[in-house]
Amino acid sequence: MARNGKPKAAPKNNGKRNGQAAHWVGKKLKRKEDPRLIQGISHYTDDIKLPRMLYCAFARSPHAHAEIRDIHTDKARAVSGVVGVFTSQDTSGIGMVPCAIQMPDLKVPKHPVLATGRVRFVGEPVAVVVAEDIYAARDGAELVEVDYDPLPVVTDMEKALSEDTPFVHDEFRTNRAFTHALKNGDIASAFKKADHVIKQRMLNQRLAPVAMEGRAVVGEYLPGENRLTIWSATQIPHLLRTQLSVMLGLPETAVRVIAPEVGGGFGSKLNVYREEAIVPWLAMKLNRPVKWAETRRENLACTIHGRDTINDVELALKKDGTILGLRVRILADLGAYHQLLTPLIPQLTALMLAGSYKIPAIDIEIQGVFTNKMSTDAYRGAGRPEATYIVERIMDVAAHELGMDSAQFRFKNFPLSKQFPYTTITGLTYDSAKYQESLKKALQLSAYDSLRRRQKSGWKQGKYYGVGVSTYVEICAIGPSAATPAGGWESGTVRIEPTGKVTVLTGASPHGQGEETTFAQLIADQLGIDPDDVNVVHGDTMAVPYGIGTFGSRGTAVGGTAAYMATQKLKAKMATLAAHLLDAKPADITIGRGRLTTKGNKKSISFGELVMAAYTARNIPPGFEPGMEATHFFEPSNFTFPFGAHIASVEVDGETGEVKIDKYVAVDDCGNVLNPLLVDGQIHGGIAQGLGQAMWEELIYNEDGQLVTGSLMDYALPKAHLLPDFTLERTVTPSPVNPMGVKGVGEAGTIASTPCMVNAVCDALSPLGVRHIDMPLKPERVWRAITHAQASRDEHEQAMAGAVAKSSNSKSGRKTAGRRA
Amino acid sequence: MKNVTIAVNGVEHRASVEPRLLLVHFLREVVGLTGTHIGCETSLCGACTVLLDGRAVKSCTVLAVQADGRKVTTVEGLAQGDKLHAIQEGFWEEHGLQCGFCTPGVILCSHDLLSRNPSPSDTEIRESINGNLCRCTGYQHIVNAIRSASRKMNKRVPARAAAAR
Ligand code: FES
Ligand code: FES
Repeated sequence: MARNGKPKAAPKNNGKRNGQAAHWVGKKLKRKEDPRLIQGISHYTDDIKLPRMLYCAFARSPHAHAEIRDIHTDKARAVSGVVGVFTSQDTSGIGMVPCAIQMPDLKVPKHPVLATGRVRFVGEPVAVVVAEDIYAARDGAELVEVDYDPLPVVTDMEKALSEDTPFVHDEFRTNRAFTHALKNGDIASAFKKADHVIKQRMLNQRLAPVAMEGRAVVGEYLPGENRLTIWSATQIPHLLRTQLSVMLGLPETAVRVIAPEVGGGFGSKLNVYREEAIVPWLAMKLNRPVKWAETRRENLACTIHGRDTINDVELALKKDGTILGLRVRILADLGAYHQLLTPLIPQLTALMLAGSYKIPAIDIEIQGVFTNKMSTDAYRGAGRPEATYIVERIMDVAAHELGMDSAQFRFKNFPLSKQFPYTTITGLTYDSAKYQESLKKALQLSAYDSLRRRQKSGWKQGKYYGVGVSTYVEICAIGPSAATPAGGWESGTVRIEPTGKVTVLTGASPHGQGEETTFAQLIADQLGIDPDDVNVVHGDTMAVPYGIGTFGSRGTAVGGTAAYMATQKLKAKMATLAAHLLDAKPADITIGRGRLTTKGNKKSISFGELVMAAYTARNIPPGFEPGMEATHFFEPSNFTFPFGAHIASVEVDGETGEVKIDKYVAVDDCGNVLNPLLVDGQIHGGIAQGLGQAMWEELIYNEDGQLVTGSLMDYALPKAHLLPDFTLERTVTPSPVNPMGVKGVGEAGTIASTPCMVNAVCDALSPLGVRHIDMPLKPERVWRAITHAQASRDEHEQAMAGAVAKSSNSKSGRKTAGRRA
Repeated sequence: MKNVTIAVNGVEHRASVEPRLLLVHFLREVVGLTGTHIGCETSLCGACTVLLDGRAVKSCTVLAVQADGRKVTTVEGLAQGDKLHAIQEGFWEEHGLQCGFCTPGVILCSHDLLSRNPSPSDTEIRESINGNLCRCTGYQHIVNAIRSASRKMNKRVPARAAAAR
């Protein structure tokens, strides 16, 4: 496939690695998982149907905050087909919904699986109805009658921290769940020395991940075997198994979790949800399989949300644009309860606030705030998009303020390639990067200079063209265990079966990323075989050794490395056996395509014969373990830090506020590439999601805590006709953190594209005096910003006219203060 | 309860159904074909798109009783034995899918498009699938997939016509 007609850059990873020529790695192999998907014959959780299966539906709170006085279930029970109705009285034996994050002053509220005494957000489940079919279950759920005493609601974070606020959890006497500070360098003197201080408040709105497959759970209990099987649309089958065994009070060995085909996650399925415990509990209680699949309304209201922060940002600068210091105050809306990682996400933002720049001093303070809303948690990028948005927006505001070109401003503040590994002021060590190179490439590819020329001449004709630049670095391959709540390693098992076919078991649990293909490419190269002969198995805790899962762009960099390392063990074993059979030294054995040969090609044995010899085990060296299987648990020594530069060119209609995207260019560096087609796909999808945030998406709760964007009619996802073709390029800077030199690419597009787009639109409107517009940049909002800027300009001009008449000029102050558009 | 006879992928299915049963539930629960997915049940995502007498419809907005006596094609009915449909090939070759959840719906929607307009422009492709949401791909590879399918189908049509003669 040509990228926009131009041939793609040849991947640079076709060289030899570990003595093995890359035959499959780097190729645009068609995906192995696709035939079943394009024919509709794969199995997502909701496609599973078991004999005697029951269906369930939840009765959920219409109130954002209320006391539950009584629950009447008689009418629901009377519905034909309804088998049972259960409330918190029945489920009180199930453990709390877990939060994996520990922090010194963190307030952790009780989080029961069904609302107990009180509801705290719209959609919190109060009862569950089980029936012979889904229609009866939903009829029953509608007939569950709950007497509520509504309580005062708090949805605004600043109000939640004020004196006269209702408390989401009375027991804490505050809505502040935690404060987190990160300070380094001499921030006071940075601001004292500054020629300019740029201030801006910017909001990062609440988003819904909206995987196209909603959450779904099937539970089946076999009492004879004492085996509870749970199918769930999850990104983390093993972690889920551990948590569910604790919540349900079963030995972990009695629980099997299967993540079958999973229809996208974007972080929303990196969690442990109450329904995932209730459904198997029902299956045990009723001794019949039970299924639940969420409706889209439930998905928008009761699956984790992302982002939702208020950010006050101050940047201290020298005259020439050199950054001296960054101060950021963040309020992070956590919602009513903690889901698995809720309090962690804002901390990731803090870590990444140095962006791709040399920042000598930093001062960050974050407050996590309870409100009467659904929990926020990891949504694609999880804290990094928030950081990148802050950094990249303030860079552009600063460049404009100083009258510098935004690309030049960035060049000035990048660390040099030779400074890597580069330790940031927030304490991270960036593995490898060439920021200059990627921005240069993006400038070239977008014909930046001519975009700027067009912009200038456009302004003269009343046309508002804008160019947005954003350069990002992100944190991937999550991560070293020391920096993660539940282990940051991954497992990989490679087994050559007696017939020579290869099974790879990976603890990573892909859900659209295509690891059945990329891992097959990787392992096929190592063993000199064909990817079609490699079968990658994932998502079943009974088949796969314990693993962590797929999130944080870790699948390939951590999971792939585990499988790769297991293969190295296997290769050593193959060499030992081959040496024994061929009467040579193991060091002199080469594993070629389909054959193992001795030095100088004197003697050889076919792959098949060798493997069979390992299983028949009649002629093996002393101490040699029969079979051909190896497992590796890979613990990464650091994160990886992919980076890149995106440029958007837009035209804004000054009359209507409508934004047209002319061109979108992305230069990304995710290290070495296993399959360029899949990497492009990840970037495309990521950009689309990031543009979704910039342009259209926004979850809105009104003052009463009602979710007013609870359907796909109101929550506007990017659609095909709204998006341009993206032009992609790559630079390749291998990561030293893993032997394959890969970094990860799952979130890059999302991280880079949001600020890029907002920068472009604000840039277009800068001659009108628009400095910043909060997302999403819907026409109405852009139009308001234009009108507001015009009004304040008129006011300003009038005032100036008056002032000039009165006194002599008062030069604009040395320090510029922020004003909001 | 109402008796319906619906031909799904060329096979007649008779059943007695509740009048409120959605066609998508008929296909998934009664016929047992789960390739047609449910992404919203409110006609907003397109995941449930099937062909009803050859035209794309969102099967969550059609009642099973409305499909009585009519022909439905689902994604399972596109391939001929081992031979994938050109649109399926297009999606495979151009990486037009990631998680695959939206894919059956997009494939059938583009089937409708290509039957009306064998050589659509990229803009026409994007317009035609704007009722199908995909959260994974950013649509670009989907557009490539449909374009590639259209080229293939146009090449094959003369051959097929010649064979029929
Ligand atoms: S399920 Fe029918 S359009 Fe979404
Ligand atoms: S491929 Fe996942 S929603 Fe389209």
